[in-house]
Amino acid sequence: MIDVLYFAWVRERIGLPREQVETRAATVAGLVDELRAREERYAAAFADTSALRVALDQELADFDAPLAGVREVAFFPPMTGG
Amino acid sequence: MGVRVQAAPFDQGAEIAAFTAAAAGAGAVVSFTGIVRPDHGLTGMEIEHYPGMTEKAIRSILDQAVRRWSLVDGLVVHRYGLLAPGEAIMMVATAAPHRGDAFAAAEFLMDYLKSRAPFWKKESRDGGATWVAAREADEDALKRW
Repeated sequence: MIDVLYFAWVRERIGLPREQVETRAATVAGLVDELRAREERYAAAFADTSALRVALDQELADFDAPLAGVREVAFFPPMTGG
Repeated sequence: MGVRVQAAPFDQGAEIAAFTAAAAGAGAVVSFTGIVRPDHGLTGMEIEHYPGMTEKAIRSILDQAVRRWSLVDGLVVHRYGLLAPGEAIMMVATAAPHRGDAFAAAEFLMDYLKSRAPFWKKESRDGGATWVAAREADEDALKRW
């Protein structure tokens, strides 16, 4: 089980801030495919991953990064700090 | 080095005074404060962040600044939650022996905080609320470092 977190419009579109996910995906992209297949709201949130960023255990990562050993995955739009 | 992520407002004058007093050996202190622009029709700004990652990301950006310029000290204060137009969102302060390093490090911190610290802004107007989109110029700004 891994914790999956959503922020900003990704959170709004999916309708929850975090959930535990049972996954066999080897990479972030594989996890995204599994989530997309779940329900329309996931498919809508993950329609264009070029508009999204991902962090693995609170470090920015790429969508082709492996999930082995990862406990927390977060999906969010490009950041707008400052 | 100080990193604070908080909902509460901060007093920028008091922050700069305390920062300067603690920065022994510095010949220059530079600070920047970001404010919710009172754009036409804007009624508020909500800032969301990623607790845990936010602090780590800011600390890592500060560490890079310290390695790159000879900083005596650095400070980042960033708010989250609901802010009104005119309120301070965040501030950075840098202290260095000379002003060149203090200015450059403050700009570097701002460029990186803009697109590498996990904050998201949502603007409220009478018609509803919209997420602020990241600008390509903000991403491009990182290339100069």
